Amino acid sequence: MREKFIQILLASAASASVIIMIGIVFSLLGETAGFFKEVTIKEFLTETRWTPLFTPAHYGILPLVCGTALVTLIAVMVAAPVGLASALYLSEYAPDSLRRVVKPVLEILAGIPSIVYGYFALTFVTPIIRSVFPEANVFNALSAGIVMGIMLIPMVSSLSEDAMMSVPNSLREAAYALGATKLEVSCKVVLPAATSGIVASFILAISRAIGETMIVALAAGSTPKLTFNPLESIQTMTAFIVQVLLGDAPFGSIEYKSVYAVASVLFAMTLSLNIVGTLIVRRYREVY
Amino acid sequence: MMERALSIRNLKVSYKDREVLKGIDLDIYKNKITAIIGPSGCGKSTLLRCMNRMIDIVEGAKVSGEVFFGGENIYAPGVDPVKIRFKIGMVFQKPNPFPKSIFENVAFGLKINGYTGDIPQMVEKSLRWAGLWEEVKDRLKDDAYVLSGGQQQRLCIARALALEPEVLLLDEPCSALDPVSTLRIEELLLNLKERLTIVIVTHNIQQAARIADYTAFLLDGNLVEFGETSSMFTVPKDKRTEDFITGRFG
Ligand SMILES: Nc1ncnc2c1ncn2[C@@H]1O[C@H](COP(=O)(O)OP(=O)(O)O)[C@@H](O)[C@H]1O
Ligand SMILES: [Mg+2]
Repeated sequence: MREKFIQILLASAASASVIIMIGIVFSLLGETAGFFKEVTIKEFLTETRWTPLFTPAHYGILPLVCGTALVTLIAVMVAAPVGLASALYLSEYAPDSLRRVVKPVLEILAGIPSIVYGYFALTFVTPIIRSVFPEANVFNALSAGIVMGIMLIPMVSSLSEDAMMSVPNSLREAAYALGATKLEVSCKVVLPAATSGIVASFILAISRAIGETMIVALAAGSTPKLTFNPLESIQTMTAFIVQVLLGDAPFGSIEYKSVYAVASVLFAMTLSLNIVGTLIVRRYREVY
Repeated sequence: MMERALSIRNLKVSYKDREVLKGIDLDIYKNKITAIIGPSGCGKSTLLRCMNRMIDIVEGAKVSGEVFFGGENIYAPGVDPVKIRFKIGMVFQKPNPFPKSIFENVAFGLKINGYTGDIPQMVEKSLRWAGLWEEVKDRLKDDAYVLSGGQQQRLCIARALALEPEVLLLDEPCSALDPVSTLRIEELLLNLKERLTIVIVTHNIQQAARIADYTAFLLDGNLVEFGETSSMFTVPKDKRTEDFITGRFG
């Protein structure tokens, strides 16, 4: 009887999250459909201006996608090499004692709220960038991208290190016995054997970068622009959503609905990245 | 006097503070098969790992004593263990091919050591030495994991042979294999000894009796007895050796 009760309780908790998830998707799709009654999909996807808050309003999502892509690219260019190098160091070079200290510290770092990073970008990194490139805008993609990359380093490092640690020692021994140096063991045995886990960590990092909001809202600006100049002020999809929701777009207005259209695109992008990431992890669960 | 491939002198090894090899003196003769036998935990693997400095990569292992290889003490300061392992190959208990193709497995050692000859040709030669060529020649690009356990172990032997080592160390190479695969590997080792020196750790006394010219019996970190296999197995000098080979022991 009691067993039964607990079972029902747990089952309803589990189904609640699924139901809420479905609810979110439906409301997203509903409002998005409303948006596309007023704006054609063709305009949405091909128009190069995004100015829903001005007249004449243009609803081309490309500038927002471009802004997101730019910041994400910069973030990954920071997080991937640094995260990978630190994972390789931790898994292959660091003594056990050091690893036992660093690993939890990394996990704590990964838990710092992103608004802290956003503030750090605006007050610390941006001034440095502007002293090197005086032409840089106060709000720029570079600062947000770099800091977002820093934020993602612990995640990339920790996940990649897990992948490297799961490469069996027998493979390292095999390579050493063939006269491999430590560097060769790391680069020619451990790295290739851990590729799937490393790629998965990159994909999850990209997915987080795309969905990240606070850093870009604070530091990257609010000027949707089709540019790949990292020193300019841009706007990402997430930052646009925040801007509108914090403003006073009337419920049911086209601006309001445009948020949902952007959110749908965002949702589709991160969802597919997460699926790809999970599939890679599952598909290449190493056999050895 | 027979030529020695390796001479081990007063070799001691401890892990953390526990001494597991307590002063071993042992000669390994050229182009012979030497078996190391003894109950599990007596230090056979440790001794084998000292012969090509694989012991270096074991965290917490401390080595003292000397191992002479070609007149040089491989534990002398300044000796590069990488160069030693290049000349003294090793095969492990569990087959451990890389998650790469059959070809890439054999070519691995050649590539990292900057082999300047014809790699495909050397791969073929090594696979022939390991008696695996006929079975894999049409699928060199296949993943090594498609091979059976016995084939994988022969692949690991081929991989070691590709570097044309002077000595091949094998740590219970057949313990994970079925009897047929085991016999194939024994045959293979008998054929290989004209080409190089072989040291094999085995927990299987019959295996030592079948293939080894010399046998060393290790107990609790000490070398109890060493001699020609035929005489050691017929008239052991030490009571403990007799107990071990007659199975009255561990
Ligand atoms: N890496 C290690 N750290 C600590 N102790 C070890 C390690 N490797 C082996 N030992 C210990 O050293 C002894 C000898 O081990 P080993 O050489 O593997 O024996 P064998 O191969 O004869 O079974 C065993 O008691 C084992 O527990
Ligand atoms: Mg052993």
